[in-house]
Amino acid sequence: MKLIIAIIKPFKLEEVKEALAEIGIEGMTVTEVKGFGRQKGHTEIYRGSEYTVDFLPKVKLEIVVPDDSVTKTADAIVKAAKTGKIGDGKVFVLPIEEAIRIRTDERGDSAV
Amino acid sequence: MKLWSQSMTGALKMIGIFALLALLTPVFAQEAADAVAPAVEAVSETAAAVTDVADEAPAYADYDAFAASPGFALFTVNNLWLLISAALVFIMHLGFSTVESGLCQSKNTVNILFKNVFIVCIGLLGYAFWGFNSMYPGDAWTFNGLFAMGSWFGVSNDDMSKVTDLYNPAYTWWTDFIFQGMFAATAATIVSGAVAERIKLGSFMVYAALLVTFIYPITGSWQWGGGWLAEKGFYDFAGSTLVHAFGGFAALAAVLVLGPRLGKYRDGKIIPKLGHSMPLATIGVFLLWLGWFGFNGGSVLSADPRGVSYVFVTTSLAAAAGALASIATSWMLLKKPDLSMALNGILAGLVGITAGADSIGMAGSIWVGGIAGILVVFAIIFFDKIKIDDPVGAISVHGVCGVWGTVAVGLFSDAAPVGIQILGALSVGIFAFVASLILALICKAIMGWRVSAEEETEGLDAGEHGAEAYPDFTAAHK
Repeated sequence: MKLIIAIIKPFKLEEVKEALAEIGIEGMTVTEVKGFGRQKGHTEIYRGSEYTVDFLPKVKLEIVVPDDSVTKTADAIVKAAKTGKIGDGKVFVLPIEEAIRIRTDERGDSAV
Repeated sequence: MKLWSQSMTGALKMIGIFALLALLTPVFAQEAADAVAPAVEAVSETAAAVTDVADEAPAYADYDAFAASPGFALFTVNNLWLLISAALVFIMHLGFSTVESGLCQSKNTVNILFKNVFIVCIGLLGYAFWGFNSMYPGDAWTFNGLFAMGSWFGVSNDDMSKVTDLYNPAYTWWTDFIFQGMFAATAATIVSGAVAERIKLGSFMVYAALLVTFIYPITGSWQWGGGWLAEKGFYDFAGSTLVHAFGGFAALAAVLVLGPRLGKYRDGKIIPKLGHSMPLATIGVFLLWLGWFGFNGGSVLSADPRGVSYVFVTTSLAAAAGALASIATSWMLLKKPDLSMALNGILAGLVGITAGADSIGMAGSIWVGGIAGILVVFAIIFFDKIKIDDPVGAISVHGVCGVWGTVAVGLFSDAAPVGIQILGALSVGIFAFVASLILALICKAIMGWRVSAEEETEGLDAGEHGAEAYPDFTAAHK
């Protein structure tokens, strides 16, 4: 099992969700986050004074999938979230030791 | 225990305010109130024309006799317009509330709304207990043309000299009170915006109560009560000086005692504190514009068609010109079209035209509003540069543009000479500044004037009220 963390542009969330549904991903956790990478922030102006917005709003998806689904899941996210401009985000893949479905006590791949 | 003691000190402060009012107020001062002659109003020329009718008005045996008189229908229309105007001025307090909360951080919203609620209520009660008779003393001056003692405002509803056209050709004593009473609280509300986000609630409540009850009527009496400024020929139609410059200069003194918000000026740089809701600020400015139809339109003091419609037009043209001028100025100066500056521009135009809305011509009103719109942008940037922190721009909008509008009467109409206008604006402004400074310093010495740095960082909603305005959201600036 692997945990896929994807940080994407907020307006791409719907497209990514649909792309994942198409390849049979049945669940995900979504969080509104702020951060910056190479895109950096931008300057805004309020009542005559400039200020920089360093942390830009992004959406973080967390999806746990069986090992054999990692590549197609990551590919689907990258394809759907891509605009080609700076600030599209990143995908990380981490190992997962165990998963338990609370309702049924199922463990391992069948729980995700 | 801490909470209990806090609530007790709060209650004691409130009791203190009312005890002070009660001490100074002869509650059974019916005779005193009756002795007060009808208030001498700054009646426009059109309203003055109506007065001729009043000279022939008969003395009425009772109210039914007045209701049967031929002038009753016209009186009803005039009186109704004044009452609608009072209601319009009342809704300006909602406008102030949303402008101020919109231009401040979300963590201080409850505190700002609370202050606005309090000011309207204490303003009206203070005006009833003291202010009205202090501001409109008739012949009952304590120091001729400078100061008059106040007293309970009430008269008998069966007194035909108060509730018919014997009192005034256009309105009853009650209408007179409620219209002027709604104005009174405006002056203290102006201060509320400038000191927002760091002033101690209890101190502000005491300060505002004293300012609106005792200080505002003094400068008001100088002009609208027929005092020394009125005798010199000063002209202030609806209060560019008496309401707005008064509030603006009082705010300046209060802010000087208070100091800027934490972290506003760091290493020689201005760190903006973002307002949390531009929609709220915009709603407030539109409400204020709406209310100004009553503020200026009602100040005709009758429903005279020519007078009121004229004032509606000058008022709106000045507001529109103020907005466009501030948009152009801020776009050129700051390279971006700034919404909050456009909103301040509307208010600047409205404040500017208020002194001469009935006497300045159509082109003149556009000039007055437009120049106010330019002035307000430079004033806001200037005050920020010299580290006078005014979150909503109240000092610039009401103080600077109030003075400008008053002087503009001398430049764009023949209602009064420029010299007298400058004298009037400065004397009211300086009096408001000094009185506010003394009040603020006394409050600071006795109760403290500013919340702790810790409370300011956490927000006054949590610190002063133990409440949140938006419990479902995470604040961005805590």
